[in-house]
Amino acid sequence: MSDMTTLSPVAASTARIGRWRWQETAFWLLVVASYFLFSDRYLILTEIAWLALFALSLDLILGYAGIVSLGHAAFFGVGAYGVGLLAKHGIIEEPVLALLAAGLMAMALGFVTSFLVIRGTDLSRLMVTLGIALLLRELANRFSDITGGFDGLQGFTIAPVLGLFEFDIFGRTGFVYCTVVLFVLFLAARRLVNSPFGLSLRAIHNNRLRAEAVGIPVDRRLIAVYTVSAFYAGVAGALFTQTTALASLDVFAFERSADLLLILVIGGGGYLYGGLIGAVVFKILQEIFSSITPQYWLFWIGLVFVVIVLVGRERMRRWARVAPDFLLRRLGLSRGVGGGGSRGGEP
Amino acid sequence: MTLALETIGLDKRFGGLHVTCDLALKVEAGARHALIGPNGAGKTTVINLLTGVLTPDAGRILLEGRDITALPVNRRVRAGLARTFQINQLYPELTPLETIGLAVSERLGHGADWWRRRGTRAEVNDEIARHLEHFRLTDVCDERTVTLPYGKQRLLEIAVAIACGPRVLLLDEPAAGVPESERHDILAAVASLPRDVTVLLIEHDMDLVFSFADRISVLVNGALLVEDTPERIARDPQVRAVYLGEAQDA
Repeated sequence: MSDMTTLSPVAASTARIGRWRWQETAFWLLVVASYFLFSDRYLILTEIAWLALFALSLDLILGYAGIVSLGHAAFFGVGAYGVGLLAKHGIIEEPVLALLAAGLMAMALGFVTSFLVIRGTDLSRLMVTLGIALLLRELANRFSDITGGFDGLQGFTIAPVLGLFEFDIFGRTGFVYCTVVLFVLFLAARRLVNSPFGLSLRAIHNNRLRAEAVGIPVDRRLIAVYTVSAFYAGVAGALFTQTTALASLDVFAFERSADLLLILVIGGGGYLYGGLIGAVVFKILQEIFSSITPQYWLFWIGLVFVVIVLVGRERMRRWARVAPDFLLRRLGLSRGVGGGGSRGGEP
Repeated sequence: MTLALETIGLDKRFGGLHVTCDLALKVEAGARHALIGPNGAGKTTVINLLTGVLTPDAGRILLEGRDITALPVNRRVRAGLARTFQINQLYPELTPLETIGLAVSERLGHGADWWRRRGTRAEVNDEIARHLEHFRLTDVCDERTVTLPYGKQRLLEIAVAIACGPRVLLLDEPAAGVPESERHDILAAVASLPRDVTVLLIEHDMDLVFSFADRISVLVNGALLVEDTPERIARDPQVRAVYLGEAQDA
């Protein structure tokens, strides 16, 4: 602490960039703990893991660069079918390599379509992304001899991860595998957003006119992040197929893209954990609501969504800051404990 | 005499409206040049043409002798032409430090670095610190821009443009909307701009123009009416007629 005061404001500020915070450690410890605590729920945990990766992918373009998309399932679907076809025809057997290959396929599609998406307004972006996903779905439907059409792509098995870890029916391997992939790609995304490149995305999101007027090649930055995001979405889709050994037309479904937006709204964009937290909350809500009312659970999800948007993120963040202190005070603990807790948070 | 910025036969029409007519603007290197004109004279269009927001129908733009007419906005900045906006164009959610850092690292060619943590290059950090200090923004360098007082935002607007390392700086009404109490800071910042940067000032405020400029061009109906020293412009009967006549037209 004492040397902090001798640092110049710029040095002190830049030293804080990208520093690992205790909340982050806590988050990932909880992920590890979930492996032991919910050993009978690996299947749903696995779903949360690839869904979180998918949401992270949307966060990169929406939360950071401000590109809205209603068709992110396009890349998810390409990854899903890609990995399925690779396995079915025995082209790439090893899951991690197949995962990379499928991610690269989605990435290629992302690069090509980025030129259509980056131009224009939010509305035209919504329409173009939506259109691309619909187009791919119909293509998959039309070429049913390759994709299996409405029946989906089936009759393939996924080889053991790295030739060592067999996928088991309880989903233990699947969960660990998805979580490790999520963590690695999360670290890469964290690196990316804390770089000058990442900051320039936020600048473009904040004020495109000014970003251009300081010499930032806006289109190129947007193409780059859209392409990276497509890779992430493709990997998420590939994980889906690898852990379920199935790829059907609904990987391209509009609902998948729409749910994803919902997830990011629940968790909040632009700080990387939003997609992850959103995926957890979304799945839990889905579980709770659908066990109470199997038919109308979407009603309640919709209600939660409307409330979140109306209350607003700024206000919720304020509550989240105030609530712990308030609770501690109600529990009769001295504020010294609360204050010490938050200060001790600085690593 | 070298020219920092020159337009040759610059022409622009919006449908039937001829907004820029065969404009030949010459700004000498190191000059403090002002572009004035009554409302609707086409000053904003000239800025948009110079910076690349609009494409001219005819004519060329030379920056230190180099033809930049075909370059997009961001490439012109890298070629050495920066601007400020009449209405602040800043990043509401970013801090002054980040705002200036973006301009500096883009200029030094580090803007596309995606695997390196930002803030780890000493030369970038030093330069950011220098700009913050010069524009008296150090104490607010970690505040979000949207929370800053208007005068500070106005200073940041100029600081960002300078951080682009321009050879020629276009100042679009720098004192516009600044409350009287903070006006002094803006004028001081404008007066202390580095001498090796050529400045083209677009301004309504005649006090500022005549205290700052050593050369003035008067734009009327998209065409250059006259270009001369401030003393002669002040006495010029044509200019007087335009500024007095404006009231009669309206």
